[in-house]
Amino acid sequence: MERRTLFAGWMLPAVLVAPQLAITVLFFLLPAWRAFGESVRATDAFGLNSSFVGLANFAELFQSSTYQAALVRTFVFCIAVTCLAMGFGLLLASFANRAIRGARVYRILLIWPYAIAPAIASVIFVFLLQPQIGLLTNLFGRLGLDFNYATHADQAFLLVIVIAAWKQVSYNFIFYLAGLQSVPRSVIEAATLDGARGFYRFRTMIFPLLAPTTFFLIIVNIVYAAFDTFALIFALTAGGPGTATETLVVKVYRDGILNLDIGGSAAQSIILMVIIIGLTTIQFRYTGKRAG
Amino acid sequence: MKRRLLIAAAPVTALAAATARAAAPVTITLWHAMAGALGQKLQATVDAFNKSQTAYQVDAVYKGTYPQVLTATIAAWRAGKAPSIAQVFDVGTADMLGAGRAVVDVYKLAAMTGVAIDPATYIPAVRGYYSLNDGKMGAAPFNSSTATMWINEDVFEKAGLDPKMSLATWDDVIKAARAIKARNAAPIPVMTSWPTWVHFEQFAAIHNVEYATLNDGFGGPKPTLKIDTAPFVKNLGTILSMQKEGLFKYQGRDGAPSPIFYAGKAGITFDSSSIYGQLKQSAKFKFNDTYLPYHPSIIKSPINSIIGGAAFWAMTAPDRTKPEYTAVAHFFNFISQPGNDSGWSEATGYIPVTTAGNALITKQGFYTANPGTNIAVEQLTRTQPTNFSRGIRLGGMPEVRVIIEEEWERAIQNNTPAKTALATAQHRAQAVINRFAQSIHA
Amino acid sequence: MNRKPDYLAHAVLLLGVVIFIFPLWVAFAGATQSAAAINRGDISLIPRLAGLKIFITAFGFGNAAKGGVPVWHMLLVSLGMALVIAIGKIVISALSAFAIAFFRFPFRMIAFWLIFITLMLPVEVRIIPTYAVMSDFHLINSFTGLTMPLIASATATLLFRQVFLAIPDELVEAAKLDGAGPMRFFFDILLPVSAPNLAALFVILFVYGWNQYLWPLLVATNGKLDPIVLGIVQMITTDQIPQWNLVMAATILAIIPPVLVVVAMQRWFIGGLTEVDK
Repeated sequence: MERRTLFAGWMLPAVLVAPQLAITVLFFLLPAWRAFGESVRATDAFGLNSSFVGLANFAELFQSSTYQAALVRTFVFCIAVTCLAMGFGLLLASFANRAIRGARVYRILLIWPYAIAPAIASVIFVFLLQPQIGLLTNLFGRLGLDFNYATHADQAFLLVIVIAAWKQVSYNFIFYLAGLQSVPRSVIEAATLDGARGFYRFRTMIFPLLAPTTFFLIIVNIVYAAFDTFALIFALTAGGPGTATETLVVKVYRDGILNLDIGGSAAQSIILMVIIIGLTTIQFRYTGKRAG
Repeated sequence: MKRRLLIAAAPVTALAAATARAAAPVTITLWHAMAGALGQKLQATVDAFNKSQTAYQVDAVYKGTYPQVLTATIAAWRAGKAPSIAQVFDVGTADMLGAGRAVVDVYKLAAMTGVAIDPATYIPAVRGYYSLNDGKMGAAPFNSSTATMWINEDVFEKAGLDPKMSLATWDDVIKAARAIKARNAAPIPVMTSWPTWVHFEQFAAIHNVEYATLNDGFGGPKPTLKIDTAPFVKNLGTILSMQKEGLFKYQGRDGAPSPIFYAGKAGITFDSSSIYGQLKQSAKFKFNDTYLPYHPSIIKSPINSIIGGAAFWAMTAPDRTKPEYTAVAHFFNFISQPGNDSGWSEATGYIPVTTAGNALITKQGFYTANPGTNIAVEQLTRTQPTNFSRGIRLGGMPEVRVIIEEEWERAIQNNTPAKTALATAQHRAQAVINRFAQSIHA
Repeated sequence: MNRKPDYLAHAVLLLGVVIFIFPLWVAFAGATQSAAAINRGDISLIPRLAGLKIFITAFGFGNAAKGGVPVWHMLLVSLGMALVIAIGKIVISALSAFAIAFFRFPFRMIAFWLIFITLMLPVEVRIIPTYAVMSDFHLINSFTGLTMPLIASATATLLFRQVFLAIPDELVEAAKLDGAGPMRFFFDILLPVSAPNLAALFVILFVYGWNQYLWPLLVATNGKLDPIVLGIVQMITTDQIPQWNLVMAATILAIIPPVLVVVAMQRWFIGGLTEVDK
């Protein structure tokens, strides 16, 4: 889509885009270029020795069972978080959109978690589930469940999924609510009848109307789960126990910053860049088409 | 007109600056990772140095955790802005020795500045850890500790055990743990902090077991790891079977588990000797420490353990002057003075790193007044270091440590036998070492 | 439609509200209890009124492991960071989106694609190389280094572009007839018209800036630049016993500002966000 009416001149627009471009070059192009350069070299931490190794860093990654495992793990994690967060977001939105008393209050009480930082969400859940003192740990213990995310791999993985989803529900809630509000009232009313028949109608009549929102949210949620959850995972388990919660972003941080593996982490950065450029291109193509 | 004026003024300002520089002391920067009370004590040491003479001034800056200090130092060096002195943790030693012209080894620093730094000043276990294969020193030792076994005496009494009972061997430890479990005297009979450091590195040292070829890595950058050999399998197997029996409970990596022991929830833990200060300040129970236990089937009588902690490294920078290096050398000398060494040790729970400092601390009666504080030094000095108890020098060692912990955790989770877990760890960790060797030889 | 209350809807929504609030409530109640009780595992769900003053104490609480920089200082750093990032992003993005939407200039589409394809990358992905570049510019451990790389984001540019493209041509022509230059048009017409979107963006970006963790973890190395989120995580990841009551009080304090922003601007937030973001 393009405008017909325009302003003349090119000096002014050049000045206007300059800051944005400068920041782009400085904080994206330059780092991306460096990452690319490092990814095909073997370099020691201090940068004293460096030699061209071609695609060896990439080959090593794809042969490494830990990297493959992290790739699969990240995939499962993204799917689980996306399904949970979107499912609950849609459920809450469809009820909050009903003509009930206090709808406004509910709305506020359901969107505020959007403001919580992933890292802070982790800290709060650590307090709840701390293996020795946690309120819920004690409760689980009384129910005969030995809950300790520091030693139980499956529990740890489940926990990071739950916290990541918990924090993201309100985002999906906001968008589904807005999506529902643009659905004609009559359709909604026809579908709000209780019981199985009501759900059937919801599925066949309303949900298709929410398809654009759903598609948009799938991409956003996947990106969130893949990248924005670093702090959440790192604060809670730092990737453990074992490597049970080590996603790709956690791994790139560990290999680059803690393990000082310059070439390997650069190769990982490049792979992540490719993944996310792919995702956003899909999203932009789709939403771009809609806008046009 | 204005510009000409500026040009004319320039030489004058430069001259003024030069004279000011001549009068002012040479200032050097030190980056460290000593938080809280430790940081205050380090600052006090630095202040004392600054007051002890007028020529040099040290500016100490807290830069975060050990890994953060190392990362910041490397990044700064690459940008030409490295501090004069960086405090680097034990496992970063190989990285620093492989850092070539980024670092000035202590023996070179002494030769370059003419300020004598005598390796014989330091106790052998400490000297060996920071030396090259030929015995020349790379770094200036500072905060050093070793691993000991810590006892909650209240738990022992509750379990009907004599807190002074012998815990020399693992069989003794298992016996005590069974009693603690049977009487439910503590939720956790035995636990550990620093799993790899204590149960692999220290274990190998006191049992005189080879950790890696080439003298545990001292002889070259590409050693072959030996962590899948019988002694390691035996040791991890013992702990894993204790875990299955409910005698041992794995609590996490690094120092993260320590607070559980501080809170009185465990009967026995393995930890750094330097937690003494923290326990003295916060523990609501009687505690004590003793030597690390051993397996009589591996060694008749255990030898010296190795140190952990951190050391000071002299860093280079493009514009670094000789007086600045001299200042570094003088500072290194200052902290190794018996009085300063013993003062640091008494205040923090770290061991004295010099023989004179240790003699002074003994003479002052610190060990008798604080029973248990002598165990660390005794354990470190009970024999002369061998090639397998001098230290372990592996590139990428922080990662090697984590890999072992990961496989240990997985073994608990999946009931994998120790042998299988260690075979995987060996394979993964060797890849890290090879990569390091490749990068520094590139 | 429904005469009697919609019990099912109330039940589901209440459950949702409880699931969100429960962890926060435990944190709040925990903050008011004594550290010793918490470390024994005795956490009551009923706040201790006498313990409420912890929320005052917490302002002065510092993490000894990070040089004792107090919570109030970290809150200020967070506030500064959130504001600089939000305002910086809005200004930079609005200007470039304006240029791209309302002008034809050489390399316009190249500029657009450059901004688009590169800036969609979250800082988490380009963290290591960005760190290296920042250290080349000596921006490690500076407020500039803390905020500048986070100002780079294509999202805001894309949102503004979409809003600007939806402005009717008549409006632009009317402005031109009135003799308004491009900048006057920008300030007098374009910005007021897109105010709801601006508000929504401000909320998103404020929350984004406030919640940063990974970048400050790398860049802020001496405690003085620690934002509150980083500070709190570091309070619990030490080898000391965390003072849970103080940590939880600090956590509550850290949550309040972004929540206030979201709740206060809730109306514009939902409207403006959904209008532009889809």
